[in-house]
Parts: sequence; C-alpha cells; structure tokens
Amino acid sequence: MITIPTVHALLLAGVLFLLGFIGVMVRRNIIFILLGLEIMLNASGLAFIAAGFHWGRPDGQIMFLFILAMAAAEVSVGLALVLQLYHRIHTLDADQANKMRG
Amino acid sequence: MVQLLWLIPALPLAGFVILALAGSRLPRRLSAVTGVGTMGVSAALTVWIAAGFLQGLPGHPAYSRIVWSWLAVGGLKVGISFYLDALTLTMMLVITGVGFFIHLYAAEYMAEDEGFSRFFAYMNLFVCAMLILVMADNLLLLYLGWEGVGLCSYLLIGFWYTDPANGYAARKAFVVTRVGDTAMAVGLFLLFDQLGTLQIQDLMIRAQGAWTAGSFLPTIAALLLLGGAVGKSAQLPLQTWLPDAMAGPTPVSALIHAATMVTAGVYLIARTHVLFTLAPAVMAVVAIVGAATLVLAGFSALTQKDIKRVLAYSTISQIGYMFLALGVGAWAAAVFHFMIHAFFKALLFLGAGAVIHAMNDEHDMFKMGGLRREMPLTFWTFLIGSASLAALPLVTSGFYSKDLIIWQAFASVQGGIGLWAAALAGAFLTSLYTFRMVFLTFAGPTRTPVTKRPGRAINIAMVVLAVLSLFAGFLEIPNTLGGGVHLFSGFIQNTLPATVLAVSREAYESLFEWISGGTALLGVAIIYVLILRVPDFTSALAGSPTGKLLHRYWFSGWGFDALYDRILVRPYVFLARIDRDDIIDSFFDLISWFGGLAHRVLSITQNGRMRTYAAGLAIGAAVVVGMAVLL
Amino acid sequence: MNVLFYIAASVAVICTIMVITNLNAVHALLYLIVSLLSLALIFFLLGAPFAAALEVIVYAGAIMVLFVFVVMMLNPESQTIRSRKQLLRPWIWLGPAVPAAILLGELIYVLTAGSGTFSVNAGVGPHALSRTLFGPYVLGVELASILLMAGLVGAYHLARPEARRMPEGDDR
Repeated sequence: MITIPTVHALLLAGVLFLLGFIGVMVRRNIIFILLGLEIMLNASGLAFIAAGFHWGRPDGQIMFLFILAMAAAEVSVGLALVLQLYHRIHTLDADQANKMRG
Repeated sequence: MVQLLWLIPALPLAGFVILALAGSRLPRRLSAVTGVGTMGVSAALTVWIAAGFLQGLPGHPAYSRIVWSWLAVGGLKVGISFYLDALTLTMMLVITGVGFFIHLYAAEYMAEDEGFSRFFAYMNLFVCAMLILVMADNLLLLYLGWEGVGLCSYLLIGFWYTDPANGYAARKAFVVTRVGDTAMAVGLFLLFDQLGTLQIQDLMIRAQGAWTAGSFLPTIAALLLLGGAVGKSAQLPLQTWLPDAMAGPTPVSALIHAATMVTAGVYLIARTHVLFTLAPAVMAVVAIVGAATLVLAGFSALTQKDIKRVLAYSTISQIGYMFLALGVGAWAAAVFHFMIHAFFKALLFLGAGAVIHAMNDEHDMFKMGGLRREMPLTFWTFLIGSASLAALPLVTSGFYSKDLIIWQAFASVQGGIGLWAAALAGAFLTSLYTFRMVFLTFAGPTRTPVTKRPGRAINIAMVVLAVLSLFAGFLEIPNTLGGGVHLFSGFIQNTLPATVLAVSREAYESLFEWISGGTALLGVAIIYVLILRVPDFTSALAGSPTGKLLHRYWFSGWGFDALYDRILVRPYVFLARIDRDDIIDSFFDLISWFGGLAHRVLSITQNGRMRTYAAGLAIGAAVVVGMAVLL
Repeated sequence: MNVLFYIAASVAVICTIMVITNLNAVHALLYLIVSLLSLALIFFLLGAPFAAALEVIVYAGAIMVLFVFVVMMLNPESQTIRSRKQLLRPWIWLGPAVPAAILLGELIYVLTAGSGTFSVNAGVGPHALSRTLFGPYVLGVELASILLMAGLVGAYHLARPEARRMPEGDDR
C-alpha cells in the first residue's frame, strides 16, 4: 500500500500548475499557450485525485472525470478558434492579435 | 391715503414691464401713452398724498408702511418698506412732477427714434428705482434703488448703442459710480456690523446712543457713505463721468443727470444727517468737496463748446453748492436748492434739446446763433432758466435758493469766510458761463438754419418748468426782504434740524445779499461785453499762450481724465495683459492635464496582447490569494 | 513502493519543463504525452486506476492527438522546422525516449512485483466510482454531456472554412 504524504502529491500538482502557468504567460505561440492550459488542467486534476486518495472516496476521481470532459470540449472549441484566428492573421503569434489595443 | 403709497413706484414699474415685454408690438401712440401715462398718474397720486400729508402736520411728521418682507437672515431683517416724511415728499414731488413733464417732452422729442418703446421702458424703470431710493425705509432698499438708477443711467446713456462711443461713455459712468457704490456698500456693512440694523430711523437713534461725536467709527461710516454720494452726484474726485454722460438723449440728461439721479447723493447725506453730525470732520470734508467742485466745474463750463457739456459742468457745480450747504449744516437750504435746481436745470436741458433738435443734431454752440428770432418761446423759457441758474436778483427762484446757501456758508457755525468766498466765486463763474451759453446760442447772426420747430408737447413742458423756475423761489424769502417767508424751511424742519447760525455773523445778512446779487449782475454784464461787444478782443485773449494753456486745462476738466488714465487705467490694463492666460484658471487646467496624463499612462496597459492581460489576471489573483492567506 | 511515486513525479516535472521551453510544437506535444503518461502512473499509485486509464485514453490519446492534427494542419514556422532539420541530432528523440523508458521500467515493476498482494483495487475501484457517479452526481454527468455536445457543435461551426463571408472589419 502506498503511503505517500498527500502533501507531496499536492505539491507536485502545484509545481505542475505553476509550470503550466509560466508556459501560458511566456510563450507567444498560441498552440503553446493552449498546451500550458492543458498542463494546468491536468495539474488541478491531479490535485483532486490526491484529495480523493486522502479521504478514500470516489469524489476525487469524479471531479477529475468532469475536468476531463470539460478539457475535451475546451480543446476542441479552442483549436477551432485557433484555426479561425490563423485564417485572419496568418500567424500563430498571439501578440499579433492586438487590434483591441488603446 | 398712505395705503396707496406703494402705487407710486409700482405704476412706473408696471409701465416698464408692459413696454419691455410688448413695447415693440404696440403702436407708438400706445407706448407713449403707457410711458407718460404711468408718470402722470404717479404724479397725481403724489400730489394727492402730499395734500393729505400737509393736512396731517404737525401731529404726524412721518409715516411708515411695510409692503413686503424681503430678507430675514440671521440678524438682518429687511423689508420692502416705505417711509414718508417732509424730505421724502419733497423728493417725490420733484421726481414725479418734473419727471412727468420730461416724459411728455420726450414723447415728442424721441418720436422718430426706433427704440421709442425701449426708451420709455428704461425711463419708467429709472423713475421706479429713484422713487424706491427716496422712499426707502432701510438702507438696503435704498441701495437697491441706488443700483437701479445706476443701471438705468447706463442703459440710457448708451441708448444709441450702435455708436461705440456711447457705449464707452455709459461704461465710464457705470465704472466710476461703482467706485462710490462700493464705498457705500462697505459703509453699510460697517453700520450693520456695529449697530445691528439697517432701518434708517432705528439706525440714527442707535448711532446717537452708541457713538460719541467725532469718534473713529462714525467718521469712517460717514466717510464711506460720502464716497457713495460723491460717486453718484459727480463731485470731486468722481466727477469725470458726467460730462461724457451727455452722449445720451437730451430727456435722459434732463431727468437723470440734472434733476434726480445726481441728487441722490445729496438725499443720502440729508437722510443720514444724524450720522454726519456725529462726524464733524466729515462734514467739513463735505463742505470742502462741495466748494472745490463748484469752483472747478465753473471754470470748466466756461470753456466748453458743446451746449450740453456746459450744462453738465453746470450741474456738477450746482450740486457742489448743495454739498457745501450740507457740509455747513444748512439742510433746508440744500434741499430747497435741490428743488429749484431741478426745475431750472431740467428746463435748460429741455431747451437745449429743442435747440439741438432744431439745428438737426448740432451740439456746437459756436455754430448756432440768432435763435432768438427763430424760436421765440424756446428763447424766453431758456432765458428764464438761465436767469434762475445765474441767480439774478429778486425775480428768479435761483436767487432765493442759491443765495441762501451762499449766505449760510458764511453764517453757519460750521461755515466761514473761506467757504463763502468760494461760493461767491462760483456764483460769478456761473453767471459768466450761463450767459455765454445764452448769447452764443440765441444772439448774434444765424449760423445754421433752423429745420424743425418744437411742437406742443415740448412747449408745454418748457413753459411749466419756466413758471416754476420763476415763482417757486417765493417759498423761502430771507428776512431782510420784507419780513421773510419760511414756508419751505418750516416744512423741512419736520425732518431735518434747523440751521444754527453763528450769532456774531447774523447782522451781515443784508450786506451779503447785496454782494451776491451784485456779483451775479456783474457777471452778466461782463460776459455781454466780452461776447457781443468786443468778440475780437475775447478771441485774442483766448488765443494767447496763457489763454490757450488755461483753455486746454479747463476744457479737459482740470485733467482728471488724463490723471485717472495714468494712475488707474494703465496699471490695470497692464496687469490684465499679464494675466491674459488666466493664471487662476491654470490651476483648474492642471486638473484636466492630470486627467490626461493618467489616461495616457493607463492606456499603455491596453496593448491588446492577451499575454499581458493573462499576466495581469495572474498577478491580481496572486495578490488577492496572498492577502486572503496572510491577512 | 513510495520511490516509484517520486521517480514518476520527477519524470513529469522534467517533461513539463521540456514542453514549455521547446521551440518545435510537435516536439513539445510529444513531451507532453510522456508527462501525461507519468501522471497516469501517479494516478494508479494513488489508488485511482479508473482515472489512470481515462488519462491515457482520453487525455493522451484523444486530446493530444487532436493537438497534433491541428499543428500539422497549420504548418507554421516552416523556417524553424527547416532550421531544425539541420540540427536534427539523435538527442532530439532521445529526450522523450529516456523518460518513457523510465516509465516503462516502473510499469513493468508494478505489474510483476510482489505476489499479487499489490491490489490493483487498492483505493477506489471503478465499481464504487460508477455507483457514485450515477448516484449523487448524475446531474453533473448530464451537464457534462450537454457541454460536450455544445463543444462539438461549436468546434464544427468555428472550424469551418470561409463558407460564409465574415465581414472584413479589422482594417479600422
């Protein structure tokens, strides 16, 4: 039986979340920004699983399931939007989509 | 009958409202009827009330009537309340009576003017304001009337507004009198602060109780009120506006700048005489101001070319007489002279107007001449008025009123030989310039042909005033001339105290009468010779270097305009130029500039980049979570 | 047994760092897949086998593949790819291969170690999970299905080629 302190799992989740967030903020390529988002979602799912492990209940996994469903929907719509944006600005540089400035 | 007191100012006010709102749509005849009619009814009412008042004497020397409560703020309680006594009644009779005849005159004089109804609207408003001034029971209401007449003076001087020179003259009048008005306002503040009321009768009683004669406070208060009086009455040093005010139509000059508005200062001092008697130093100042003004203005009048300017300087000079009388405590004499002066000065102005009208708007006396044959009625009435002004002995009203002042300038306890000499010199100058005016205008060859003869309205007005100029003087005859009649001074003594004469000087009355009578006649004789007998000698005298210098100096009113320009106008314009960009306003510009700066700074954050926004979100979330965790 | 967790955790972290610092999109995706696999292992170790399975099937299997498809379709930065082609060295594919091998080792160990005392069902198994899912959480399930439907329709509509002319208003 695994005996890991739940804190370590949550710490791992935190680290992954932070890495994903850094990826969102630093990268200019839209695809990479979306990847960072996925990493963040995953990390939060890990946190739920860790919590479920701590309490020994299935609720953690159920939350993870919902997060998964939501991530799937979000990715599909997000990538469709990326396609549309690419049609418009002909580049994947997020900084080029700055018509809303001023 | 005193219940109808409020109607007297209300009727001209109604006339103003009607003419202001609907005047341009009314036919001329109706405007004239409204304008003159309200005056007529007011005058009739005044006469009726006067009759009732005279019957009520001696038991009832004064009436007070409150019409409406105006202000009740803190300790100040001021109402629209009227006060009727001998002094007020005299003023009211003159204002409405002379005013009515001047309005009648103006109905014909201004008949071809475009702004006919506007003219009568302003005139009616003026009469209403003047009546409020003299009937006011408290100083604040008096100040209301004071400002009202100032406003109407401005409106009427600049009546022909299309000519900018008229506008400047009106502005000058307003600004100069404003200086005086401000002093008067400060005086009101002082009086209220020290004595706690502005009710005139109340004020006088409290002043007598609280202040001793000659102390600092009444002197300051009286001096400030004197400032206001000096401004409105065009005395030294605020006399510069009156000659330029002749830019207005002649009926305006007659009513406002001869008979009524300029005498408001005299009224003010007479009304608050208790305060002035508490400040003998200020009384002396009043007398000296009056004496100096009357002499200076006399010299200036001697050199003028424009007939109306002669009359303007003459008005300044005559009001100087009234101030002189007030300064030596000759209250009754001052008020009496005011009344007589109103009659003959209005008459002179009306006559001058008739002449100007006939000469097709020619003002220069040197271009007139020989009108004695062309306009006989005008000539005789004008002659009567001039005789009254020069105070020709025995037959004219002016003799009785002016010589009373000249005598009391010497005989009163506060008078003396110096003041008497000034008054006598002034009388001499008066007859000189008056008859110079008469001879230049009416005698000699006709230089400009007459185009228009005066009509009935003008003639009626002039005749009535001529009769008054001849016979009104008989109300007050000195004791040395057959027993003496003291109807007027007796009447006025219900309000103003009797003049105290220095006992040692009383014996000289007869002698002084002869001297003043003789001076007037001497003046007439000299000027007759100079103008009509030896005109070449006169022009040679005027053309000499000294003559030229004196002429220039007197012609410009002793250089006051130039002086004020140098010491007041130029520094002010200089400062205004420095402040051209409005330094005070730039502080508020700072606020808007700062708003712009903040805008520019904040719009840098709106760079349209998603990553920046995400970063902002993240930092904000981190800060909030940190605060939630730590705090 | 605990050490397995830490090894998998470090693999996940290293691979994630490689994801976010990569220049090539496809390479980053591959690293992400390895990271997801290690996370699946962690789920398994934390007693959530069903979640582990789902992680591999749905996340690594479906979502990442979708990403790969889109990246291929967009074909950006061909210049970078070209320049990268020159630099295509063995350690480019060695990067994801090593962590994957580590994971593989762990998996083999987990599956073969012990005498079956390591119960796969230690923790919460699928049976209990499904009972809870269709019990108290059935509303969430329905909502998730609606969400997926909406996502489907939205993605279809948004990703269409310019069938309908969009107003070209971005020149303002």
